[in-house]
Amino acid sequence: MYISLSDRGRRDKREGPRTALASEVPFRLSPVILWLGIVSMVTDVSSESVTAILPLYVTGFLGLSTIAFGFIDGINQGASAIVRIAAGWAADRSGHPKRIALAGYGLSMVARIGFLFAGGFWAITAIVAGDRIGKGIRTAPRDALISVTAQPQHLARSFGVHRMLDNIGAAAGPLIAFFVLLMIPNGFSTVFVVSLAFAVIGVAVLALVVPDLKARSLQGAEQREGRRLFAFSWSHLREPGLGKLLIAAGLLGLVTIGDGFIYLVLQARDSFAVQWFPLLFVGTNVVFLAFAIPLGRLADRVGKIPVFVGGHVALLATYLIAAAPFGGLWGTLGCLILLGAFYAATDGVLAALASQLTPPGKLATGIASAQTVVALTRMVASAGFGVLWYAIGASTAMVVAGGLLACVVVVVAFILRGARVAPAENSSVGS
Amino acid sequence: MSGVLAGSKLRWGVLLAVTAVVLAAAGIYAVGAYQRFEESRAAASSVGITASQPLPAGPFILFRNTASGQGYGNAATVPLSAPGGSRSVSEQQCDRVYGTPQEVVCLKTNRGLVTAFEAAVLDRNWQQQRAWPVPGIPSRTRISPDGSMIATTVFVSGHSYAAAGFSTATEVSFPDGTSVNLEDFALMVNGERLLATDRNIWGVTFAPGQRDVFYATAASSGRIWLVRGSLSTKTLTAVHDHVECPSISPDGTRIAYKKNDGGALAAHWNVAVLDLASGQETVLSEQRSVDDQVEWLDDQNLLYGLADETSEGDSNIWKLGTVPGSQPSLFIAHAWSPSVIR
Repeated sequence: MYISLSDRGRRDKREGPRTALASEVPFRLSPVILWLGIVSMVTDVSSESVTAILPLYVTGFLGLSTIAFGFIDGINQGASAIVRIAAGWAADRSGHPKRIALAGYGLSMVARIGFLFAGGFWAITAIVAGDRIGKGIRTAPRDALISVTAQPQHLARSFGVHRMLDNIGAAAGPLIAFFVLLMIPNGFSTVFVVSLAFAVIGVAVLALVVPDLKARSLQGAEQREGRRLFAFSWSHLREPGLGKLLIAAGLLGLVTIGDGFIYLVLQARDSFAVQWFPLLFVGTNVVFLAFAIPLGRLADRVGKIPVFVGGHVALLATYLIAAAPFGGLWGTLGCLILLGAFYAATDGVLAALASQLTPPGKLATGIASAQTVVALTRMVASAGFGVLWYAIGASTAMVVAGGLLACVVVVVAFILRGARVAPAENSSVGS
Repeated sequence: MSGVLAGSKLRWGVLLAVTAVVLAAAGIYAVGAYQRFEESRAAASSVGITASQPLPAGPFILFRNTASGQGYGNAATVPLSAPGGSRSVSEQQCDRVYGTPQEVVCLKTNRGLVTAFEAAVLDRNWQQQRAWPVPGIPSRTRISPDGSMIATTVFVSGHSYAAAGFSTATEVSFPDGTSVNLEDFALMVNGERLLATDRNIWGVTFAPGQRDVFYATAASSGRIWLVRGSLSTKTLTAVHDHVECPSISPDGTRIAYKKNDGGALAAHWNVAVLDLASGQETVLSEQRSVDDQVEWLDDQNLLYGLADETSEGDSNIWKLGTVPGSQPSLFIAHAWSPSVIR
């Protein structure tokens, strides 16, 4: 971890006494972050409960074919990634990230109303698309709100709190949905109603409790810097720090294969029965939520870049364990823990890094750019790995992906070595 | 920080009220749905049913009963001579069924906090002989004519936004409990082995009188073939284009299937029949899109299920002659997954 040394060294040298380390400022969780976490939690209960039962509903209940779903899913992911940047830009441009986030949560909520009246493949496809576009819209403005609210010294930890709450919702949603179907075997409409109820609560909490913070902080930033910061410009993507982060995140995204593949390798190794397959997803989620805060704290203490890069080392270990010829229960558990740790070390930390490397007036755009780069490159990676999988076999493909990841991790460590990561200079709240 | 959050007490009141109202509304809806489910489960069936009996000795149709009320979703039989008459409904819940005179294969969903899927073999008294887990939502199943092999196709689905899309998993299981995954078979197209890319196999049909031979659908990179499979050499050989869910006729000379004439996204499946000797294809005159593996009633007539547009979760079995111009007719109402046992 030589990178952590250089990271710390530079920061200390340049910023002098103004910078307080995480250990010197007591952590105080802003209620805004807590409420944003609750918004995400209930929204994830809403969306994941439907996602979990959608295949059963479409094939088992409506009797429709599902082959086209994979394709449509790809289109949705792409659309979601693109609206994300637009929404980030709109949030910065308007100076009202909360309004943009509210529009995103609102669109997803309206889409859920559609489920109550839906029938037929196209109706469901349109509703799912609306839901995902809503998700694309809301993410970056919400992370921008977290970023301006958090104590700069505890930025990653604050994102960790949010991601933990988010994942509690993601884990609870499917359980609630399957519990409803356990009680009422064809109770899909009940799941949709429950899902809508949680979506409404999420929108209500956001609308009523969370303040619109960006305008204030932007004003402060403008006063400090003595210039207007509204306009979007591609040039800001070339900021030394953010540009490097985008390149690094993109490179890592290109060698990050989908979780589904890892689960399939584990299952093919036959170390556990087919019926426990869905539990792998839950297991990863639970590890993610358990590690979100500790790894966020670690990132605040030793630097976000080492934790972000270290998360990818955990991913590398996951590939290698999954590809190993031996396995059994411990191998599977090891994979789940490492994979959950990977998400905990990268998801919120990436948002924290991006917000630190972005000028204040372009916060949401910067966060959205990083998240979009990751989403798009991961899509490319999954498609490419799918081809590799069939061409050379699962385990060999996994080892190849691991080898590429190892190379990229080294390259990224060099790229990010020079990135300016300076806490306490972007955020106005709390300084 | 509390300053920006403070707002007015009114806001908190509104939030509390909204939360209480939507939770109460969802709760009331859920309780109502549960009561409706309990009532419908206890209610008399909407069609004439008789209690569970062993499989009939004479020719019969095995299917999934989708008539509301008692026995919804259970495997059922009617005599071949009186398909519209009273049905004998078993206690076995199945999503998809197929049978021989001696046994029934039942693909089912085991609901729970971890919902799982299973294939079960039942004897003629509906007693379970063996069962094994399958990795997704039941789609198709067939038994070889001699009863020795069972083919299953399921939809393997992602479980989160991030996961990959849908694919199928098709296996052939043997009496000793072993099984083969057809995706591991060598796929030959125009004399060359197809190695790369995404590959999906679904909808197996076993050729009568030939222990080693079966037909199925293979797809890769958007192309779809009818493949002739060999269990001994573990190969699949493409023999025709655009054939999905093949079903071989009792005399072994023709294959009925669904053929997509609507494109990859807006699929519209016509029912068609292929003469294996001449390669002649006949598209039949069913106007509705048929998403099912067709079953042969006899050498001249086909059966298939169609979802009931007017009532969710219900479906009907239709009959269609293979002579060009034949019109479909309702064969068994409130039924799904027909299997003809002669």
